[in-house]
Amino acid sequence: MLAPAVCRLAGRATGYLLAAVVGVTAVYFAAQVPVIAQGQTLRQAIAWVPELGVSLSFSLDGLSLLFALLVTGVGLFIVLYASSYLQDDALLGRFYAYLMGFMASMLGLVLADNILTLFIFWELTSVTSYLLIGFDHKDAKARKAALQALVVTGSGGLALLAGLVLLQLASGTGELSSMLASGFTASGSELYTPIVVLVLIGAFTKSAQIPFHFWLPGAMTAPSPVSAYLHSSTMVKAGVYLLARLTPILGGGSGGPQGWTITLSVVGGLTMLWGAFVASRQTHFKRVLAYSTVSSLGMMVMLIGAVSAAPVAGAAAATAAGLATYILAHACFKGALFMVAGAVDHAVHLKDVEQVGGLGRVMPFTAAAAVTATISMMGVPPLLGFAAKEQVLVTMLAGGPGSMLGAVLVVAAAVASVLTVLLALLVGLKPFIGPLMSTSEPPHEGPVRLWLGPVALGVAGLVAGIAPWLFAEPIVRAAAAAVAGVPRGELAAMPVDLSLGHLLHLGPALYISLGAIAAGVGLFVLRARWRAITAPLDKLDWLTAERAYEAIFHGGVLGLASLSTRIFQNGSLRVYIRIVMLAVLASAGLALAGSGGAFLGRDLLGDVKADTTMIEGVLVSLIIAGAVAATLVGSRLAAIVAVGLVGYCIALLFVVFGAPDVAMTQFAVETLSVIILLLVVFRLPRFNGKSSRPARIFDAGIAIGVGVLMTGLVLAAQSNLAAQPISHFFAERSLTEGYGRNVVNVILVDFRALDTMGEITVLGIAAVGIWTLLRIRPTRSGEISATARRAGTGPGAGHDSGTAAAEDGKDGVPS
Amino acid sequence: MIIRSVILQSATRLLVPLLVLLSVAALLRGHNAPGGGFVGGLIAAAAVVLQAYSCGSPSARRLLVLDPRTYLGIGLLVAIISGLWAPLLHGQPVFTGVWGTFAVPAVGELKIGTPVTFDIGVYLTVLGVVASMALELLED
Amino acid sequence: MLLAITVGVLFTAAVYLLLRRSLLKLVLGLVLIGHAANLLIFSSVGVRRGRPPLIDEGQTALAAPYTDPLPPALILTAIVIGFAVTAFAIVLLRRAYQEIGSDDLDDMRATEQ
Repeated sequence: MLAPAVCRLAGRATGYLLAAVVGVTAVYFAAQVPVIAQGQTLRQAIAWVPELGVSLSFSLDGLSLLFALLVTGVGLFIVLYASSYLQDDALLGRFYAYLMGFMASMLGLVLADNILTLFIFWELTSVTSYLLIGFDHKDAKARKAALQALVVTGSGGLALLAGLVLLQLASGTGELSSMLASGFTASGSELYTPIVVLVLIGAFTKSAQIPFHFWLPGAMTAPSPVSAYLHSSTMVKAGVYLLARLTPILGGGSGGPQGWTITLSVVGGLTMLWGAFVASRQTHFKRVLAYSTVSSLGMMVMLIGAVSAAPVAGAAAATAAGLATYILAHACFKGALFMVAGAVDHAVHLKDVEQVGGLGRVMPFTAAAAVTATISMMGVPPLLGFAAKEQVLVTMLAGGPGSMLGAVLVVAAAVASVLTVLLALLVGLKPFIGPLMSTSEPPHEGPVRLWLGPVALGVAGLVAGIAPWLFAEPIVRAAAAAVAGVPRGELAAMPVDLSLGHLLHLGPALYISLGAIAAGVGLFVLRARWRAITAPLDKLDWLTAERAYEAIFHGGVLGLASLSTRIFQNGSLRVYIRIVMLAVLASAGLALAGSGGAFLGRDLLGDVKADTTMIEGVLVSLIIAGAVAATLVGSRLAAIVAVGLVGYCIALLFVVFGAPDVAMTQFAVETLSVIILLLVVFRLPRFNGKSSRPARIFDAGIAIGVGVLMTGLVLAAQSNLAAQPISHFFAERSLTEGYGRNVVNVILVDFRALDTMGEITVLGIAAVGIWTLLRIRPTRSGEISATARRAGTGPGAGHDSGTAAAEDGKDGVPS
Repeated sequence: MIIRSVILQSATRLLVPLLVLLSVAALLRGHNAPGGGFVGGLIAAAAVVLQAYSCGSPSARRLLVLDPRTYLGIGLLVAIISGLWAPLLHGQPVFTGVWGTFAVPAVGELKIGTPVTFDIGVYLTVLGVVASMALELLED
Repeated sequence: MLLAITVGVLFTAAVYLLLRRSLLKLVLGLVLIGHAANLLIFSSVGVRRGRPPLIDEGQTALAAPYTDPLPPALILTAIVIGFAVTAFAIVLLRRAYQEIGSDDLDDMRATEQ
């Protein structure tokens, strides 16, 4: 959050500084790998709102570690990348702030142990990603896409909150670790169905599953580093993370409830197919990547469903291992490809894949990274993508439900991999081969920071593929154990083997893989034909929830808002006040009338006579006279004096009724108010322009109604002192615990000091407001307005302080 | 707006120190008797306003020594520090009163707690707010 | 009883002033409605005359009967804040008059110039 300030101080070095911070965090998490791989869980908790069982607790297990490594590892390169990609942007500091904020919330999300803490970080990622997607705030499209992403994921977040609260009710604890440790499964609870539905809505909106997937391609208007980060390894993976995290609880571990499995498999499978299909019809660089990300997310969700469906624990673990491998591989190749896309755009300012070609010779490093990522995405050995795909296919063939669904899913996965191969070639290979296209300026390789990220991620995928025992296997093993709910003792026995030797010896899975690669390459060659054939299907994408979103959001919400604005907020303050007062009369009046109105039958005058001393009578008479005079007199001065009289008499009343502190304050305030009013009054015009007679009678009616209502309220309150006043607490502890004999003062500065703190802050704000109002002199079309002339200060001074204040406001925003 | 009156000016010369003393007294005894930071701050501000009325706002600013907004800032800072004292140094919830007794030469024992310093913060804030408002308006 | 009626009268006068066209009357209405609200809080717990909520020398707690100390504490800050709001409103009024050249609320309907 300090990034803008750091940026100003450190200038160009900011990127390196922040990258160092992120890098250190990444190294920290990497150092935890050996520990976590043993099945350990690190935990840290701070009580936050103990009354609600909310604590700021974090825990690090295999699954969290996988994601934490992705967040920080990819994040490191993203920061470096952004520092180059956006280096000319004036708002780079703000960008860093958003990015670091997002990174922190994402880390919090994957590390959170308390489900409400998790939810808070979940929402923080929505908000910070909104800022990131809409970073180019001058572009209406970016703003719209950002808003769309926020509304979709935000409303999903609401559903999630409800689901998580129900889960806490059902399980009796808010700590995920306690739920997991006790082997709690929600399927026994009667709240199970609502919990699952609500959590799924939350996860599906975040992870862009059909029918909520439409926001993700829209979010591509973000700067490339943002898309690369949000869509390869973080934001959209949050939903996947949540589902994986809750699998042992909601899916019931192995052999879990059917509904969970079927929903996840069907939705995930459909998303996978549809995403891949739509992507294959795009030519816009980032749109291809966006839809292919949708497809990958679908695959992950489908796999999560398969974990629960596995008949035996071993199969569940194997499926989970496939999932974890795929998540790792996907983060590497997709992150790399997004950055490549940005680098290409940066170099040639073209966004259409088909128009770009032959860049391999001028941008060797970028091209190398892109090709590595492509191979990984295609699932060609020896890269990690191959291992992931094999693992997935093997488990789907071996451990699937064995039913129709299982068979269908295998076919779907095969079809999706064919299309994925096409997509990989399209974005990773196409721009770098063939004849060099002509551009206005010769394309050139970007600076190191632009290609370092893709290259590093590509290398990571390669190393992980060739030598999985280095880091991929331990991470995958620990993550899979967390997803499948494998106890710590059995961790070592888990069948996780990502070595090439092992994977290359598998039968049918390998054939499917090879077939998919061949078909994909073929499709790549014939892609123009493919696009022509499938054109009619394009319209289907409109059948998604985007239509509904538009209808609800624009037609419904905004329409209603503008309607109510036209009726109730027509710009006249007097109309507002009338409406407010009438509403008060209607609502409070009804409530009061409903409460019986026992006080109404009382003999008011008799009560007053019996209960009033001389001095009170005099004071009240003066107050009433002053109030009436203030409304009726025609002179400004007289009206002010009348109001002042009311104030002083009320102060005396406070004396009579035993509140000397209040009385002293009231005297002082009244004096100062009158002085200030007198300072101003002579510069205002006389009272004139009275309202029409009917209007005055109408207003008087409202006023009298409010007055009667308030009298009734006081009487009702006095005759209804039901609860024991809290004052005894203060009366007894003021001296013993607050060391003060003036109970009122002790309440102010001790018992309720936080309130007082807020109040003096308000005072400060009012003072600053007044100062600003008096100093800022607006200029109209460059000229100093006639009223800006002031004694002692030239127009220039007023203007300067005005701009200075405006700049202060602007600087205040990003921090 | 300055009211040029010899009587007012001589009265001011007498009243302003009295008001300042009164305000400090109200602040310090506020914990045990009617008074406190709010009232004290208002009385002190009234003294400033009186000075400004009779001798002009530059003289009132000289009386304040610092810019009124500085008082406001210092006041808020003192109040916040008083509030955060307990959680930061004693691990207790925010705004828990912490008391200490100090031996002061010639006065005897002095009992000071964060509520007292908090009240001083309130005093300074109120003084700063009201004085700044009034002086700005006077100079406008 | 007496205070209840006073509160009612103050609210009546305040609301009527708030609905006038003159900006100054609006501000006076604000001041009055502040008084009215303070008195409402003060009187709604049932007032007792006399002893302020101060603990006597030698005692450790308030001796009954005492004035409830909570409403005064609430009102005390409300008064000061009310003052700040009034001052702000006054300055706003003055600036509005400088800029628009009118103090008539009916002339101030458009939000843009």
